Amino acid sequence: MKEHALTLGEELRRQGISRRSFLKFCAGVASSMAIPATMVPAMAASLAQARRQSVIWMSYQECTACIESLTRSFSPTVENLIFNFISLDFQHALQAAAGDQAVEALRNAMEENWGKYLVLVDGSIPLKDDGVYSTSHGQTHLESLREVAEGAAAIVSIGTCACYGGVGAARPNPTGAVGVEDIITDKPILNVPGCPPIPEVMTGVLTSFLAFGELPAVDELKRPSAFFSDTIHDRCYRRPFYDMGKFAKSFDDEGARKGWCLYELGCKGPITHNACATMKFNQGVSWPIQSGHGCLGCSEPDFWDKDSFYKPLSAGQWGSAEGIAIAAAAGVALGAASAVMSRRNQDKISGGK
Amino acid sequence: MTLLDFARGPAMQIAIIIFVVGILWRLVGVWALRQKKDLSEARSRGAWIGGIKGLFAHGWPYKPFVSKVGTQYIVGYVIHLGLFIVLFFGTPHMLFFADIVGFTWWTLPGSVITFIAVITTAALFFALAKRLVNPVQRLISNFDDYATWFVTTLPFVTGLATNANLWPDYEFGLAIHLLSVWLLLIYFPFGKLMHSFWFVVSRYTTGSRFARRGGMA
Repeated sequence: MKEHALTLGEELRRQGISRRSFLKFCAGVASSMAIPATMVPAMAASLAQARRQSVIWMSYQECTACIESLTRSFSPTVENLIFNFISLDFQHALQAAAGDQAVEALRNAMEENWGKYLVLVDGSIPLKDDGVYSTSHGQTHLESLREVAEGAAAIVSIGTCACYGGVGAARPNPTGAVGVEDIITDKPILNVPGCPPIPEVMTGVLTSFLAFGELPAVDELKRPSAFFSDTIHDRCYRRPFYDMGKFAKSFDDEGARKGWCLYELGCKGPITHNACATMKFNQGVSWPIQSGHGCLGCSEPDFWDKDSFYKPLSAGQWGSAEGIAIAAAAGVALGAASAVMSRRNQDKISGGK
Repeated sequence: MTLLDFARGPAMQIAIIIFVVGILWRLVGVWALRQKKDLSEARSRGAWIGGIKGLFAHGWPYKPFVSKVGTQYIVGYVIHLGLFIVLFFGTPHMLFFADIVGFTWWTLPGSVITFIAVITTAALFFALAKRLVNPVQRLISNFDDYATWFVTTLPFVTGLATNANLWPDYEFGLAIHLLSVWLLLIYFPFGKLMHSFWFVVSRYTTGSRFARRGGMA
């Protein structure tokens, strides 16, 4: 049988994955995505029958960290095999073909799977000056995205740049960078923000799409609710120390090493929605807060422009002290003027005595 | 710009500017008024001692009135001390001030602050109930009394709700809490909250004037 014609179940059996392991994987994904346990057998049955999904991955104004995170962190697991099972028809950083050949592969994949392929996007898209600040193969990324999106079944924006503009859109945003959802409005879009995003979230999203034929439930920022409904702070292992009022005063001080809360050092965990605290990175080895640094809030829109990473969340954004100095002078002037008027009034009443 | 960005940035700056203008306007406006001359001969040379005594003499009720006003003194102390402790010894609050003054200080555990905030909020509601139930107090209450109660209570309620994650998300709760504090700051100079500045001055003045005339503070 041709490799492309195999179902996922057949492919996994061919690679020696037992049904028990496959069910364990399905239960794990279902659990992480808050799918009821009763749905696991149906999910496994549907997933086993899934055919190879055509996936087109477009990289725009990005740093390649998203794809590094997703490809380099996998150990040979069922998740990895799911990733191998999809037909990644275009990804210009990974594929052997280049130039005209690569573009031809893209065009062929689009034509053969028109209306059915899944588009993954990483990187922001510049809009300023008709998008000339980011181009590939003589085409602006703005044109490229519109063209590829037209025949897509759905689009998954990977990383904060593709979701909300990210670092590219940070002030002063010289290229007018935006996320996919600001350009494409007539297709189902799912955002998997993070700088970089968590690989297992991508696996969950892909598995859900393969099993149910649609993108999972999302929140108001189009993020999969199963992974983004809690804040980092809600699930952080340092949270008990926040509640106890024990805070690290500097990086790597005794408190920090004892696992005390990093709130005072500017951790943005309380306003950041992501699953880092539970899923971690590199197969659950660690994550930023575990390695001693506060959360930067990288999966939230405009995280780059939300004041210093090292300023506590409850501190204000002062701007300049000039405003306060002017206000003080104005207050004194107003008070003096009021007093002068009152004194005149007093004189008037008393007749100057 | 998110609601939290607005609350942490422009809203805070506007509120502080109004607070500073208002406070200085009222302080300078009153202090620059012509002082009333006391033409009587001083019966005591140590009027200032009476002024100092005056600062403390009204800190607790006059003995014959203890049974009548004791409760409101206790409620008053709970509200004021609670406000002070929560404001300066809650970690997120301390960090707000530390960002301005440049140094940090010791704070209380979150659970203790929450407990004190709950007690203080309960005392605030008790004070309101008393104001509404007591016919005399209700009669002499005006808009300022209720507005002062509202802007003081709101930060406690929003803060507790944020702490207990009762909002759709923490970010929204924090923004609402901050905005409620800015509302307090904006109203502060123009209502009875100005007693925070005036009470020392007025108690000293009353005490020293009474002492000058040979009376008690």
